Amino acid sequence: MTLSTLRQKFLAGEITPEAALRDLANDIATRDQQTGAYLSHDLESALADASKADLALPLGGIPIGIKDNINVLGQPCTCGSKFLAENYLSPYDATVIRKLRAAGAIPFGRLNMDEFAMGSATENSALQTTRNPHDPTRIPGGSSGGSAAAVADRTAIATLGSDTGGSIRQPASHCGVVGLKPSYGRVSRYGLVAFASSLDQIGPFTQSVEDAAMILQAIAGFDPLDSTSLDVPVPDYLATLHDGVKGMKLGLPREYFGNGIDPGVRHTVEKAIAKLRELGAEIVDISLPHTEHAVATYYIIAPAEASSNLSRFDGIRYGHRTKQPADIADLYRKSREEGFGPEVKRRIILGTHVLSSGYYDAYYGRAQKVRTLIRQDFENAFQKVDAIISPVAPSPARKIGAGAADPLHEYLSDIFTLSANLAGIPGISVPCGNTDFDGAKNLPVGLQILAPHLEEAKLLRIAKAAEA
Amino acid sequence: MQQSDIDVRHVANLARLELNDDEVAVFQPQLEAIIERARSLMQLDVANIEPTAHPSPIFGRMRNDEPHESLPPAAVLQNAPDQAQSQIRVPKVVTDA
Repeated sequence: MTLSTLRQKFLAGEITPEAALRDLANDIATRDQQTGAYLSHDLESALADASKADLALPLGGIPIGIKDNINVLGQPCTCGSKFLAENYLSPYDATVIRKLRAAGAIPFGRLNMDEFAMGSATENSALQTTRNPHDPTRIPGGSSGGSAAAVADRTAIATLGSDTGGSIRQPASHCGVVGLKPSYGRVSRYGLVAFASSLDQIGPFTQSVEDAAMILQAIAGFDPLDSTSLDVPVPDYLATLHDGVKGMKLGLPREYFGNGIDPGVRHTVEKAIAKLRELGAEIVDISLPHTEHAVATYYIIAPAEASSNLSRFDGIRYGHRTKQPADIADLYRKSREEGFGPEVKRRIILGTHVLSSGYYDAYYGRAQKVRTLIRQDFENAFQKVDAIISPVAPSPARKIGAGAADPLHEYLSDIFTLSANLAGIPGISVPCGNTDFDGAKNLPVGLQILAPHLEEAKLLRIAKAAEA
Repeated sequence: MQQSDIDVRHVANLARLELNDDEVAVFQPQLEAIIERARSLMQLDVANIEPTAHPSPIFGRMRNDEPHESLPPAAVLQNAPDQAQSQIRVPKVVTDA
């Protein structure tokens, strides 16, 4: 059931928020043993919220699952890490949670993720395996794999995730649901456990584009607690949702349609593009010439920021502390050694290296300049087109455990999504069909739409037209 | 040019991260390969290009210096691994002279 359908049922008195929550809890009990999307859920506290739900509010009584790196008062926030799994309970609500509650929604359930959002398969979770509901032998994508899988498995109406290099759009594509990464600054990051502060954004996973618009409406807007949040008006996203694509120019970046795309993905995306053309959009060839440098740029900047952000996990104020350290330095080193998994360690080391004396200018300083070139590529493209369309990922979901032995190869699969984070622009993944892949039938394929900064209304409008 | 060299054990120490020998053996070649890839950026001419530290035009904005409610001490201490007398307890930091 979509969010908007559930809302209609609430308003018609066909079901109560308490009953809807109990239904979801039953679905989690029966189906999530296999899928493994949820790390925990607290039905009693959600029922207490539901008993006070104001159904007149835009999201009145709607339960929303939360990625386990967004703080909800009194609930765990493990970030998929052993470091925070032992004894951490959030002492406050993130701003998005405060805004969801103000819109009447009920945070319900904590969703699995790659440790500290570092990964593209949710296999880097230190706590649990999450499976793709379309094929339980396959990954759900990541890092917000639990958030995507729960919506696809219908054990959640809608969820929140976070996207630093594609962590909402790629799992949405692999699981066949809608996933929206808003513009940088559109949604407050206060209360999101920081991975890379200049790239992170919170956004929704939903079963429909309309539902994504409804959640964005609730969570967008200025927040004095996030110094990068933008103090600009939030448009009415539903008002223009059905305006269609007639007369719009949509750009196909030739660098995104080269070699390395699975033929089934290419075919499915081309069908979606043909549909948009039939609906009146003009399809234009464009170029984003610095695309080949995006992965290297991202994998300098993101680990650099992560190495700084994750220095707060030192075993002092919260999280894991080693037993019987010899001294304070030993406490830091051993607590971090014991608490972090391999991908987190790799990125901390990489980030520390590119920020260290003698390497800073050659790597981090240079990557920041290339980031300017990548941003300018998009600015130039948006002089010619309203939006850009592409695949989300080069191939559908791979098998669990079949990732490349070398992390570099995994990083390369983020090529179509991470540029949007470097440029700060919004992006959405909309299901556009299914394809056979690697011996599996009918795996979901997502269409990515990218729009200029703060143009989410346009993005949602195109996504609505593209939606099957 | 020695720029791609990375000494994983040294850098891990800078990051206050202990690694065992097995981890060093795995990470060293992996990180060398990633840094080798990053060296592709050296081909680009970035003279006169301004760096982008933040993708939006506004950042680092200060909020008004007005008192507001903070987390109560009990909420701050609830997650501390070790505490005493309403404070977080750590091993001795300053050694005897």
